[in-house]
Amino acid sequence: MLFASYEFLLFLAVVFIVYYALPGRYQWIFLLIAGYVFYFIANPFYLIFITTTSFTVYYAARKMEDIRREFKTLKLPEGITREEKKELKAKEKKQEKRWMLGALLFNLGILAVLKYTNFAISNINAISGAVGAGLSIEHLNIILPMGISFYTFQALSYLIDVYHAKYDAQRSFPRFALFVSFFPQLVQGPISRYSDLSKSLYEEHRPEYTTITRGLQRIMWGFFKKLVIADRILVAVNAIIHDPETYSGVYVFMGMLFYALELYADFTGGIDITIGVAQTMGITVKENFERPFFSKNIKEYWKRWHITMGTWFTDYIFYPLSVSKFMRNLNKFARKHFGDKIGKRVPVYFSSFVVWLTTGIWHGASWNFIVWGLGNFVVIMISEELSPLYDAFHSRFKVADRKWYKCFQIIRTVLIMSCLRMFDCYRDVPLTFKMFGTMFTNFGLKNLSASMIGELGLKPVDYCILLAGTVLLILVSMIQRNGSVREKIAGLGVLKRYCIWFGLFLIILLFGAYGIGYDESQFIYNQF
Amino acid sequence: MNDMTEQKKPKAAVIVLLIYLSIALLWLLQKVLMPKYMHGITEGSMIAEYYKEPKDHDVVFIGDCELYENISPAVLWEKYGINSYIRGSAQQLIWQSYYLMEETLKYEKPKAIVFNVLSMQYDKPQNEAYNRMTLDGMKWSKSKFDSIKASMTSEEHMVEYVFPLLRYHSRITELEPDDFEYLFHKDTTTFNGYYMRVDVKPAENVPQGRPLGNYQFGDICYEYLDKMRVLCEENGVELILVKAPSLYPYWYDEWDQQMKDYSEEYGLSYYNFLKTTDECGLDFATDTYDAGLHLNLSGAEKLSDYFGNILVTEHGFTSHKDDKELAARWDEKIKAYDAEAQRQYALLE
Repeated sequence: MLFASYEFLLFLAVVFIVYYALPGRYQWIFLLIAGYVFYFIANPFYLIFITTTSFTVYYAARKMEDIRREFKTLKLPEGITREEKKELKAKEKKQEKRWMLGALLFNLGILAVLKYTNFAISNINAISGAVGAGLSIEHLNIILPMGISFYTFQALSYLIDVYHAKYDAQRSFPRFALFVSFFPQLVQGPISRYSDLSKSLYEEHRPEYTTITRGLQRIMWGFFKKLVIADRILVAVNAIIHDPETYSGVYVFMGMLFYALELYADFTGGIDITIGVAQTMGITVKENFERPFFSKNIKEYWKRWHITMGTWFTDYIFYPLSVSKFMRNLNKFARKHFGDKIGKRVPVYFSSFVVWLTTGIWHGASWNFIVWGLGNFVVIMISEELSPLYDAFHSRFKVADRKWYKCFQIIRTVLIMSCLRMFDCYRDVPLTFKMFGTMFTNFGLKNLSASMIGELGLKPVDYCILLAGTVLLILVSMIQRNGSVREKIAGLGVLKRYCIWFGLFLIILLFGAYGIGYDESQFIYNQF
Repeated sequence: MNDMTEQKKPKAAVIVLLIYLSIALLWLLQKVLMPKYMHGITEGSMIAEYYKEPKDHDVVFIGDCELYENISPAVLWEKYGINSYIRGSAQQLIWQSYYLMEETLKYEKPKAIVFNVLSMQYDKPQNEAYNRMTLDGMKWSKSKFDSIKASMTSEEHMVEYVFPLLRYHSRITELEPDDFEYLFHKDTTTFNGYYMRVDVKPAENVPQGRPLGNYQFGDICYEYLDKMRVLCEENGVELILVKAPSLYPYWYDEWDQQMKDYSEEYGLSYYNFLKTTDECGLDFATDTYDAGLHLNLSGAEKLSDYFGNILVTEHGFTSHKDDKELAARWDEKIKAYDAEAQRQYALLE
């Protein structure tokens, strides 16, 4: 069921009415049922995987907590030494670790098999072809369950947190199952943490005018981004990327910027809908974006784009890896051989490398995503290495606070990120590099003609709508710097509020790319 | 959620007022955006025009373009005093014809209903644009709802029929003066459902039908034909089956035989005018405006004359010309009919 479909809106309306009609103590149970129904409608087969992940993680977390409790209540023999006590604790932790690693590897295994088997087969076949072994393994007909990367990572964050005793394990399986299968998040995240989502997920909620209207407003804003901008520009993006031989550099450049806009509007729009849906039911879902295209550098961009994924990789890969024994040894080795200055950076870069490699792999089973992840790593590493140069520049030229310089930084970030995102678009890595090169070797500004632009599938009026929509996006983002736009609107008189929200509703209704003539388009991040 | 500023809740009266205002705006927008079909493709306005008519017809024709372009009710009136109407629309599918028949019989009980059998060849929904031209014009009723359900292609949604604004929203960038001129009223584009064309494009080199793997009409088509027959029986209306003399799309002998068999089995009249073109006096060098697909005015008048005679001689139709009110109404219609013919002929010169 697509978010941008009549079926989803109907489903949502039914869920909303039943949710508030039910006594508060049954609301969370109903949400669990709704999540499973949502998943069942998408494909009944998917339910096997989500329930397996829910149960294995729930059970392992419970076992870990039971072991911990047992150890705490254990009556230690009198006269036990500190070392002996430490040894017992280590034994207990080892038992916990077994459960944690077992569940972790099992669920990563499911993800790996479903998502990466065919990728592995393609690579084996390619290598075999290259060395003349003549091996040709058939691809498997695997259906990837909707949102598997999101709910697996969400469940694993809980598992690891319970292992680290950050909070108690959830004793009720249905409650934990709801945390994994909360339906607004199933399509494309965000990757919520148990400690955040559980605060409001199981609470009783009565209908409140403010939460419901704010939620609906957020949903509308999400639909505006998705239907008016993302799904409209999608036609032109597809025209350019599916026919790479036809277009010269200027069109590749245009397609690159168009895709950046499409991805932004699509993904943030989807998250707006998710957060808005949850909000109408009184549930708080963590924000996933903070105006990322206003970032001044890539590092900042990644703190503001897909925040829940970024923090997941930081908390569960970067930090554990950075303090691991292996990394301590690598640190020693690097300092010994390359000196303190360079040596201290090696473990950080190595951890970053692993994070970006896994980020790329997480995004998709193709070399494009792996190279995209590593591309981000290279850009961040270069900017880190060049930071002394930047510092020197800024100490000499006091431009850092100048508006034009800030604009330059923002544009630079947008361009770099858009370049990297080209790996999402083209069918393989060599072609992506080729098209990237075209922007420098065959820009062909003279090829930019009204007729050629017309062939991209959009009419002049579509470009006008896109331009107006993008300006509105930027304006809203600028206002957001000083606080929530919805809060500001809430302070206005009733007529002004009506004009704004009903006006937005009409814009979506009239200018949205939906219905006959427009293909219902899945959210881009749904495929991850 | 607690960090949110409490939203100022408007008074109930204000909410009600704004809801009314919103509904009114949406209704108006929908009116603006709905295609008007007043010029160019006027076929979309045909179905709705029936509701303006007094419902006292002797015979109602139900079917696709082979009726509304080939039969002239004006001739049936002038020559035989038969008051008729064509509930026709482009590529009208058999289930759409059935539901139009069901709806028509709620308004009136004609002596006979004539159904053109070309649509027996389609056993699946075909085309959204044609669906719209038939269905949008129908007044809301169970018949319309059922017709939509039966007609929808996989890309269509019932909600878009209930709220056509959702379907036609993209017309916001394509609005024309007609959309405002015909916002609250529409002109009549047909003559009792007849779509007039006087121009000529002779039929030359009409292609033969390519061989088909299976000539059997679909079960669903027979199901709806049965429903039509039963419905007419229940209402005491005679069902007459016809195949108009359009040379293309090709009408196979195997199809013709199935219709003959069906009509014989249930005692219905079936006329395949393709086999009586000479008797009708049709000349496809002069009587068609699109190389044999449809008849022009001259052809339609010849066919209508021929069929009018059949209705009188074989089905007992009598003239109603002595009905002064009806005659006066037809006088007006004939004047408009003749004027339109003259206008079109003048354009040709």
